[in-house]
Amino acid sequence: MSVTQRGFTAPRAPGGVRSVEQSSGSSRPSARAAGAGSAAGGPAIELTGVSKVYGKGRTSLLALDNVSLSVAEGEFVCLIGASGCGKSTMLSLVAGLDTPTSGQVCTGGRRVTLIFQEPALFPWLTAARNVELALRTRGVPKQQRRSRTAELLEAVHLDGFGGKRPHELSGGMRQRVAMARALAQDADVLLMDEPFGALDAMTRDLLHEELDRICTERALTVLFVTHNVREAGRLGDRVIVLSSRPGRVIEEVKVGVPHPRRIDSPEIAEVGAHLTSLLREEMASHVR
Amino acid sequence: MSAETTSTPVASLAGLDNLELGPQPGREFLRGNSAKLLGGLWPKVLAIVIVLGIWELVYLSNYKPHDIFPGPATVLPNLWHQAQHYQLWQAIGTTLRRAVLGFALALVIGSVIGALVSRIKPLRAAIGSLITGLQTMPSIAWFPFAIIFFGLNNSAIMFVIVLGAAPSIANGLIAGVDYTPPLLLRAGKTMGLRGIALYRHLILPASLPTFVAGLKQGWAFAWRSLMAGELLVIIAGSSSIGVLLSNDQNQADMASAMSIMIVILVLGIAVDALFGGLDRTIRRRRGLAGPAVGT
Repeated sequence: MSVTQRGFTAPRAPGGVRSVEQSSGSSRPSARAAGAGSAAGGPAIELTGVSKVYGKGRTSLLALDNVSLSVAEGEFVCLIGASGCGKSTMLSLVAGLDTPTSGQVCTGGRRVTLIFQEPALFPWLTAARNVELALRTRGVPKQQRRSRTAELLEAVHLDGFGGKRPHELSGGMRQRVAMARALAQDADVLLMDEPFGALDAMTRDLLHEELDRICTERALTVLFVTHNVREAGRLGDRVIVLSSRPGRVIEEVKVGVPHPRRIDSPEIAEVGAHLTSLLREEMASHVR
Repeated sequence: MSAETTSTPVASLAGLDNLELGPQPGREFLRGNSAKLLGGLWPKVLAIVIVLGIWELVYLSNYKPHDIFPGPATVLPNLWHQAQHYQLWQAIGTTLRRAVLGFALALVIGSVIGALVSRIKPLRAAIGSLITGLQTMPSIAWFPFAIIFFGLNNSAIMFVIVLGAAPSIANGLIAGVDYTPPLLLRAGKTMGLRGIALYRHLILPASLPTFVAGLKQGWAFAWRSLMAGELLVIIAGSSSIGVLLSNDQNQADMASAMSIMIVILVLGIAVDALFGGLDRTIRRRRGLAGPAVGT
């Protein structure tokens, strides 16, 4: 059913010819894996010996301990771990909203944007205006903003909903507006902090397909935090399992399941079961 | 487990969107509005009728002589009579002009102070609690100071209005800025909003509902200060609501005094309704409005 090969894979053919690779890089069709223009093959995100301590003295908390991680251009990496593993801290560091206590975070000058569990749309603006504001902040000239906004809303299948305010949309639609807003920032790297955590399974499943498609089309590098082992298996080329308090990388799982994937397929269930057992072991180690 | 269903996701997504949004409201909202208006009207009419009834009962009980406590049957015709005369309208004009001017001044001063205090930490430590202190100080306590300082003139009244209203307006802005949701701030920063743009596109719009609440409260303080001021600071040759009320007191003309009090009440309610409408519009646009209650 699937073809295993090494190295970069060919674009996914229509009708579902799938290819997988077990060793490195992306199992996705990759204009992106092929370099996609920027930074000549260097990793899109590189964390080297990153530690983060919150607070000082006796109340200080070591959130991340000597974490090293490298995400290739166009790769989709999921971060998974129990509570207190510093997943969100890691995203804040990569997004540049926070600085590491020690170690280095490098994104090679790429544009980075963050999507949260809550859509965090501005409630006083319509969906279209929310997207437009991101374009404006980026310096897109006024004449182009309207058409660019329409394109972006179309990209998340929300054409015709631009005039709606966030509270008039469903949770899944709001999260798609947030996605359109993130795309408006023209980022190369998408950091997602449990973006579908608050959605029902049906909506989440459809949004996985949306995200898959968008990332492929736009050659995005994604770092995706989730609590959901199946979601990690469904989406990730690679899943990083983190320990809790402090957060350390305890295992990397490469997901060799070919695209298109289904969250309810036995292959993904298998990946999920493996991740669950890893997480359980980790949690058991915290018994006092 | 067929994967050859490539067209379904988009269709399912669109279908799910429609399901989740439910039926869209049609064009019947005009009819709905007038029905709502009528529905909201009868409790008010009933309340007025009850108040008039109690008033009439107290009047009929002969608890006080009828010239000292006239009933609605005397006061309402008196009000109607006064409304036919230019004097009342001129007085209303003078008073409202002062109110608008004083409130506008308070708005500018309160907003500037609020903006500075919310932005500059040492300034907040220095005068943050002073603003709240000023807010709790009864404005009538300022009049001796104002009259000695400015003399018996318009400036004294304006001064007290501004002192009454500006602290509430400043506090409204400060609270609004403080309560900007941290998540939106994070989102704004990720989007690259910085400095003035951050204020213009995020912090100010986010603080608008709280700011309007501050304006509403500021108006109530301004209106009270103005009434107190017009009773205390009588300026020769100018007719205002306060002057009319004061004249009625001097002539022991209770019916006219009560007419003027009704005018003051109605004006206060009308302006408050204006702010209430503004507040509701903002809340509705942000999906914060509860079930519509006619006001």
